[in-house]
Amino acid sequence: MNSSSGSAAGPSSGSGDGSAPRRNSKRPKYSKFTQQELPACKPILTPKWVISVFTLVGVIFVPIGIAALMASNNVVEIVDRYDTECIPANMTGDKVAYIQNDDIIKTCTRNLTVPKDMDQPIYVYYQLDNFYQNHRRYVKSRNDAQLKDADQANKTSGCDPEKTTKDGSPIVPCGLIAWSLFNDTYNFTLGNKNLSVNKNGISWKSDRDHKFGKDVFPKNFQNGILRGGASLDSNKPLNEQEDLIVWMRTAALPTFRKLYGKIHQDLKANDIIMVTLENNYNTYSFNGKKKLVLSTSSWLGGKNDFLGIAYLTIGGLCFFLATAFTVVYLVKPRKLGDPSYLSWNRNPSGH
Amino acid sequence: MADGERTAFGDLLRPIADPPVRPDLISLSASATAAASAAVDPPHGSRAEADRLGASLKELADADARIVFVGDPGLTDPRLALPGNAVRTAKYSFLTFIPRNLFEQFRRLAYVYFLAIAVLNQLPQLAVFGRGASVLPLAFVLLVTAVKDAYEDWRRHRSDRVENGRAAAVLDPAGSGQFRSRRWKDLRVGEVIKVLADESIPCDMVLLATSDPTGVAYVQTINLDGESNLKTRYAKQETMSRLPNITAGSITTLIRCETPNRNIYGFHANLEVDGKRVSLGASNIILRGCELKNTAWAIGVAVYTGTETKVMLNSSGATSKRSRLETHMNRETLLLSAILITLCSAVSICNGIWLAIHRDELELSQYFRKRDYSGGDEKYYNYYGIAMQVFFIFLMAVIVFQIMIPISLYISMELVRLGQAYFMIRDKNLYDESSNSRFQCRALNINEDLGQIRYVFSDKTGTLTENKMVFQCASIRGIDYSEGKDPSPNGSDVYYVVVGDQFWRPKMLVKTDPKLVRLLRSEGETQEGKHARDFFLALAACNTIVPLIVGTPDPKQKLIDYQGESPDEQALVYAAAAYGYVLIERTSGHIVIDVLGDRQRFNVLGLHEFDSDRKRMSVIIGCPDRTVRLFVKGADSSMFGVLEKSVDLDIIRATETNLHAYSSVGLRTLVVGMRELSRNDFEEWHSDYENASTALYGRGNLLRAVASRVENNLQILGASGIEDKLQQGVPEAIESLRQAGIRVWVLTGDKQETAISIGYSCKLLTSEMTHIVINSNSEASCRKSLEDAIAISSKFVAISSRAQNTIIATGSARVPLALIIDGTSLVHILETELEEKLFKIATVCDVVLCCRVAPLQKAGVVALIKKRTEDMTLAIGDGANDVSMIQMADVGIGISGQEGRQAVMASDFSMGQFRFLVPLLLVHGHWNYQRIAYMILYNFYRNAVFVFIMFWYVLYTAYTLTTAITEWSSVLYSVLYTALPTVVVGILDKDLSRRTLLKYPKLYGTGQREERYNLKLFILTMMDAIWQSLVVFFIPYLAYRDTTVDGSSLGDLWTLAVVTLVNIHLAMDVFRWNWITHLSIWGSIAVAVMCVILIDSIWSLPGYWAIYHIMKTGLFWLCLLGIFAAGMIPRFTMKALTEYFMPNDIQISRELEKFGNFNDFTGTEISMSTFSETQPGFIR
Repeated sequence: MNSSSGSAAGPSSGSGDGSAPRRNSKRPKYSKFTQQELPACKPILTPKWVISVFTLVGVIFVPIGIAALMASNNVVEIVDRYDTECIPANMTGDKVAYIQNDDIIKTCTRNLTVPKDMDQPIYVYYQLDNFYQNHRRYVKSRNDAQLKDADQANKTSGCDPEKTTKDGSPIVPCGLIAWSLFNDTYNFTLGNKNLSVNKNGISWKSDRDHKFGKDVFPKNFQNGILRGGASLDSNKPLNEQEDLIVWMRTAALPTFRKLYGKIHQDLKANDIIMVTLENNYNTYSFNGKKKLVLSTSSWLGGKNDFLGIAYLTIGGLCFFLATAFTVVYLVKPRKLGDPSYLSWNRNPSGH
Repeated sequence: MADGERTAFGDLLRPIADPPVRPDLISLSASATAAASAAVDPPHGSRAEADRLGASLKELADADARIVFVGDPGLTDPRLALPGNAVRTAKYSFLTFIPRNLFEQFRRLAYVYFLAIAVLNQLPQLAVFGRGASVLPLAFVLLVTAVKDAYEDWRRHRSDRVENGRAAAVLDPAGSGQFRSRRWKDLRVGEVIKVLADESIPCDMVLLATSDPTGVAYVQTINLDGESNLKTRYAKQETMSRLPNITAGSITTLIRCETPNRNIYGFHANLEVDGKRVSLGASNIILRGCELKNTAWAIGVAVYTGTETKVMLNSSGATSKRSRLETHMNRETLLLSAILITLCSAVSICNGIWLAIHRDELELSQYFRKRDYSGGDEKYYNYYGIAMQVFFIFLMAVIVFQIMIPISLYISMELVRLGQAYFMIRDKNLYDESSNSRFQCRALNINEDLGQIRYVFSDKTGTLTENKMVFQCASIRGIDYSEGKDPSPNGSDVYYVVVGDQFWRPKMLVKTDPKLVRLLRSEGETQEGKHARDFFLALAACNTIVPLIVGTPDPKQKLIDYQGESPDEQALVYAAAAYGYVLIERTSGHIVIDVLGDRQRFNVLGLHEFDSDRKRMSVIIGCPDRTVRLFVKGADSSMFGVLEKSVDLDIIRATETNLHAYSSVGLRTLVVGMRELSRNDFEEWHSDYENASTALYGRGNLLRAVASRVENNLQILGASGIEDKLQQGVPEAIESLRQAGIRVWVLTGDKQETAISIGYSCKLLTSEMTHIVINSNSEASCRKSLEDAIAISSKFVAISSRAQNTIIATGSARVPLALIIDGTSLVHILETELEEKLFKIATVCDVVLCCRVAPLQKAGVVALIKKRTEDMTLAIGDGANDVSMIQMADVGIGISGQEGRQAVMASDFSMGQFRFLVPLLLVHGHWNYQRIAYMILYNFYRNAVFVFIMFWYVLYTAYTLTTAITEWSSVLYSVLYTALPTVVVGILDKDLSRRTLLKYPKLYGTGQREERYNLKLFILTMMDAIWQSLVVFFIPYLAYRDTTVDGSSLGDLWTLAVVTLVNIHLAMDVFRWNWITHLSIWGSIAVAVMCVILIDSIWSLPGYWAIYHIMKTGLFWLCLLGIFAAGMIPRFTMKALTEYFMPNDIQISRELEKFGNFNDFTGTEISMSTFSETQPGFIR
């Protein structure tokens, strides 16, 4: 803002120089720093500045808002909640019993209609609602040393209550997070053709390279009384278990999506996709919801109008404020730096 | 027969150098020397008074006395384990350092809170943070403080070692009579020690002998009480004469002295030598810390050593005060604690409800899973039932939200005050050239109080005035001589004393009245001339001044420097010298005065010191013509009572007229009287005096009685008028203070006339003021005068308020009122129900002048205001008599001037000149207040934003206190990410320049009205904090809803958003941007970004690499941008609105500073230049 450097130097008199100081004089040495006279800029919110700032923010925010809204509108998203639909009608009374019974075949078929053309890559997500992956008990229940280093397999501290098997041998990977790995699977067919889902590279490369060891193999996993979720192929090192790696990036919020895979094929509007899914994962015990999501993406991510609307609102508000300030400034101008506005000049006379 | 008589009489006239005549009194140096002057300025009496009290209350009983065998430390008081002479100023030893230092540090409540939280966090059920993260900040602070303390203590150890290792010459106990070198720390009570000139005195010693044949030793006490003039101490004749026997150990000498105490001006003991008892006083003891001067050697016996020496007993820290702002801050801290508890309760209760609702799901839900199956017993893991869970969650919430109470604020505030003190000390406008003294901050925690002062209580002498007394005029036998001419330094009228081939002249030149000079030098023995000569003889003789001969570059010329504690006495002796009565030598028994070229020796037969009852002092002089004369000088009120009225009534009348004239031009007056003592008179006095001064009990009172008996039927010689010059810039300073809305009260010990005239000359009183004078000497009359005064004042107030209502245009304020009240009336008013009335009237008056007040009354007057209002009080003074007032007021300021350093020692700040009060209050006070006030609010806001963000997140984690923000970031947030800018802004930011603040003193009202920190601002700030926390939390929340975002990434976004936002918030409020401000604010943001990146580069943390991932997305940056805009809009809008449409004085003045020169060039410039001309003192 209105920078006027040096004006703060003030009326420094020549008293500092002149007479040579006495030998053991305690006179403070003069410097702009010690006299608090460093050159400085003194911004003042003049109407010009206020109006310009508001206008500038408006000018920046409105276009961004529009762009964000357009990006969000261009994203095509199919969301299908299937946990309620995939229960046989006779079992709806006791969903938990249904899901815990290993003898029942959990396969279920869903048909999804593509509303608009979808360009590849199409991301396949599963979405869980009401699943507190950020619950304190849950987020803490892991041991990163064990995941990275085969020599540290015995390290299970922090993994309670899923540390060891009954006989005390350590579980790899231990902890509630790994134990609760999501285990529904999806197969897509378009017409008669199988739509292949690419499950490679769905996790962060940094995780595969540095967080999960390539010589660490699952051990004693999912052998307990209570099954939490998926089992792991004990011949596959952890850094190749991408579903696990994705799952173990715990979500920030209780409603979250996890990447399941990518479909590298364009879809046309009104295409009907048949999904064959294994409804294994127990969300019935805590009234969670399971959804399958197919979505394209934009530069701003998925389908979400919020940011665009927020930017438009902020930008609009700023334009409004700029106008309001201009109007009020024109109606009731005030001369800046007029000493007659000082309270003691104003009060007694009251002009 | 006549011959015989003369012999007998002559015998008595022998100079008496020891106790009978040399008054035992305690205080030749301290109280009594001040005595003579005290006659002029009663406040001086305070010390004497204190001494008298000490003397009468503490007569020595054997039981509680210490018995010292001179030369035999082995025998000395085997009952007591006496400390050696080693001193330890160091607090810690190698072994005790850690426990003691920790103990010292944890005496701060803030640290205890810190510790309690850290301990809570160590319980496994409550472990919110990792061990390291929870303990680190506390450990860091403790470590830094400990290192600082250790360094300071190491330096103290080193100086202790140096001090204890110094060498002293100690008498060989074997009886060889030789002095051997010994280290100070090995000295013991009872040992005989020899000190040479310019050496420091190793312990408190009773003088046995000195190189001076009369037993005088001069000491400098600058290390003890800061007074730089020399003080005289005396060895007793009894010990002087027997020194060889004593050193040889052939006679037993023992000293009974009082137990160690901290009164440096009092000492009570007696000495038994050869079966004879001699009393000892403060003039016989030399104290550790003093230096021997002008004396070749002195031999003494150690009586107090090491920690029992008076200097060590007196070394204690200043009392700590708490500033007004801090008191308010603590009130708001309580509010914050309430918010904290509310948040914690909300979370724990919600958690309880959530658990109750989901009770049945806990067994199976993957994210809770109540049971641990690994043990086989399927016990609950970390689940203790809902009630316990609620309790634990509450405690955990306290841990998570702990920074709601901004602990770091206490540490930052200390830093900021240190920085502010640095700038105040370094301010060249607060440096006093004449006394070469800088501003001193003795109390570090009330800087900001300087910005809120409403009442200034000022001493007069030495504070408003220079306390450099200059003799102006004399009235001799009723004839006024006030036509003084300034002497030219080398002119013929300057009086020289010729000694051999050298010329000696007084160091200070005094203007002389040629008429009086002619009269003195006239040959003829006129009555007039004789009186004038007696008058000047009295001035030269009746004092305790010690002349020192100082060399000049010219070997033939020497200067006579009169050393003494009372500036009045100095002025009188210089005046006598200028008129030809030059005091050139003083020993304990006689003085030598050069009387108009004729050197004469006068025996000092006796001396009665000043005390506040008599208000006069006297000496008895044996003159060369074998007459014995009593000279008395004192305050007029006390002198007129003892004058012989029957003879000189006309003269007394004339003198009174002159005195009135003198005091009405602001001169301090003294009356001098004389009486020639007949032989009988003298003998009678002499025996009385001897009895009194050897009395063991009640000596002080007896001596006073003797003095009163002899000081009688005096013949008036005349009166003197001494000018006490106003300090530079005092009238302008008082005017500025008054414009700033500060009420200046002057409390002085001077007479009413003197006080009023000084009041006029320093513009405190003006001619248009209506004076209300209260001079009463009974309660009833006090009541009446107070009621009258209230009636008068209410009339004036009523008139003026009507005037304001009807004729607004005139703008004339009401008639200003001045209240003048004297000490006698205050006796009847203070601490009675009349106080209320006095308060009422005093607060209506613009000026209050209290004269003839005693030190305790000064404190009483301060208390009068302090008890009844919330207004801040400041007391400023320079003398011992101001100490009580300085300690009573909210802010005490000591003037480091002429009167010693007791006021400075008791003060919170000290400086060299009264006029520095203006830059101190108006500039530094304003800045300090503004800075600290903003800093407190900002710190509250900053931590609250962070806590609220965490709180909103907790609502989405099933109320289990998970934090998305990494624990390291939440620990570093207030310590590293945002700490430095507040400190820098708290030290460096200035809302207005020095020039503007001095030009518009009314701007000071900001602090008085508490405009920068109050409950309303606190609430507004908290609302802003909540808004900003909502923005920071919910923009990312809504933008990232239903996405794959992980907790760490979102946490990083929140961290960076909040750090940047609070720094932008600060940046918006900064008044002045210099490079340090830029560096600290933008640097902090950069440091925060780097830390977040660094934390996310540690593979073992869950957030590994998250920041790199999220920073690649556009959504992240758009969220940040949106947060900044949305977060700042309300504040920015409010700021712009208020600054433009409801500008306060500060805002207008800032605009004036920036644009004033363009809009209003000429007007500003002119007023500025006139200001600088009239007030050269502090415009620079």
